Amino acid sequence: MTVYVLRVLVKMAITLFVIVSATFLATRLSGSPLETFLGEGLTAEGRQALIDYFDLDRSLWHQYLAYLRGVLSGEFGLGFVERRPVTEIVADRIWPSLQLLLASIGLTLAVSIPLGVIAAVYRKHWIGSAVMVLAFTGYAVPAFVLAIFMILVFSYTLNWLPVVGNGSAAHFIMPTIAMSGVLIAALTRFTRNAMLDVLGQDFIRTARAKGLPELWVVLKHGLGNASITVISVIGLQIAGLAAAGSVVVESIFSWPGIGELLVTSAIVRDYPLLQFGVITVAVAVVVINAITDIAYALADPRIRLARS
Amino acid sequence: MASFADLPLRRRRRAAGAGTDVIQKAALVLAVLLAAAALLAPLIAPFDPLGQSLIARLRPPLGFERYSAGHLLGTDELGRDVLSRALYGLRLTMSLALVGALIGLLVGGTLGLVAGLRRGWAEDTIMGLVDMQIAVPFTLVALLILALLGSSLTVLVFVLGIAGWEQYARIVRAEVRRLAAQPFIEAARAAGGGTFYIARHHLLPNIVSPLVVQFTLALSNIVILESTLSFLGLGVQPPQPSLGSMVGLGRDYMPTAPWIVLAPAALIILLTFAVQILGDWIRDRADVRLRER
Repeated sequence: MTVYVLRVLVKMAITLFVIVSATFLATRLSGSPLETFLGEGLTAEGRQALIDYFDLDRSLWHQYLAYLRGVLSGEFGLGFVERRPVTEIVADRIWPSLQLLLASIGLTLAVSIPLGVIAAVYRKHWIGSAVMVLAFTGYAVPAFVLAIFMILVFSYTLNWLPVVGNGSAAHFIMPTIAMSGVLIAALTRFTRNAMLDVLGQDFIRTARAKGLPELWVVLKHGLGNASITVISVIGLQIAGLAAAGSVVVESIFSWPGIGELLVTSAIVRDYPLLQFGVITVAVAVVVINAITDIAYALADPRIRLARS
Repeated sequence: MASFADLPLRRRRRAAGAGTDVIQKAALVLAVLLAAAALLAPLIAPFDPLGQSLIARLRPPLGFERYSAGHLLGTDELGRDVLSRALYGLRLTMSLALVGALIGLLVGGTLGLVAGLRRGWAEDTIMGLVDMQIAVPFTLVALLILALLGSSLTVLVFVLGIAGWEQYARIVRAEVRRLAAQPFIEAARAAGGGTFYIARHHLLPNIVSPLVVQFTLALSNIVILESTLSFLGLGVQPPQPSLGSMVGLGRDYMPTAPWIVLAPAALIILLTFAVQILGDWIRDRADVRLRER
């Protein structure tokens, strides 16, 4: 087990290192910060300050080492637009993003686990097919199209829900649904397949043979065993999907989270901010993946034995 | 797990039932119609997609008050014809998706082939890159690249091309390793076939079907990615119309002129639906292991 955990941690460390280095290289190779960052209107002192700040008169290698030192001591520079440390700007955005994320994951679990179980149990019935068609729809409709349709109907036509901001509970409804569409589609499919795998096992037949009620067989023996797979899917797939979804959904609803920050900083080309925002989200996803990997191995000895 | 004895029976039943798949047939017809509309856009579009008209701004579609003759789906805030723009947008979105998916196929397929044939550091490096691409949400990578290199069509095609390469690489590597253990490959090698010869004549023909499946599934993902990026203002740039950018730009006029976003949004959904249903259909027919489900 120790070997397995170490292996996961080393892999995580390599991934993080590559992410941090790649974002550095990407920002430097695409041109000198002097031209791309500020353009015209730069005074001689301002120019010198920038050169000193980014060590632009030194070699790329030197700049890279200085950058890594900064990363290790938690310094990622100042945002161009707001003129304060990017770490602060991003920190202000974490809580709203987390709220939306938790709401979406809550909705996703509440909807897709029952749907997935129903789809597996009624696999040959029209109910099962109907559930799968629904899940399919979630895949095919992009989050922004779903959001636009909801805004048209619930805000502009019926005047029920607010479009912009995160002030009240009503503000959560449309962003949460828009973010959950794809997540629900993915998790329903995974739950159904995990349930089908488990329900085909011998111990399910044994449970039925000894006369247990069908509902008990499905929920305790079926879902109980499928839940390990389902939880690992949440950690491995849903985290990434949610990160991508928040970028779109937050910017549509002007939600003051990290996703909205990423899009605006990409559009105005605020590189230090964009760079740190991308690193933050990528690190969060990679760490969640690693934790899931380890938790999965703890729960299921077959995994850690097979891989180590 | 199914036993081998009942496989042929199931296949026969499947073949008999395949004729009645109404949804799949509808998706096929829809896909052909959309492809035809995209191909023929310059011929069938009633107006120039960039042509502005100050006197016919924000006019509603046919059947509503203030309808301006000829503009069947209405006009946008600059008086441009929504139908014509939607047709050209569909054309651009579909060609970007095709080119992007092809680049992904070539890059990912080649790397997967190399990883499968050559063990050692080449395989480790390639599979490490694959893991990396899976670990980091691609939307973030796309944002970074588009912000740094600017949103030209070339950069966009590049971004869409590397969006899904890792799936092809994984599939090809797994298939190559599975095939390489089979006797006919050993026989080809014993007969003196070189690595390239074997890859070209014995491996590729056997990998085509999973690649076709992945290609179709990747198409709809790329359509969604492209329209999302264009919607956010980071993809196709104005005045050139793409389905996503039409929705993004029309968003501000939704309370008074919802038709500007409705036409392109509906086209995006029709397109992704048709492609995904076809992809699923092809996968079900190509992959014996999934037939039971």
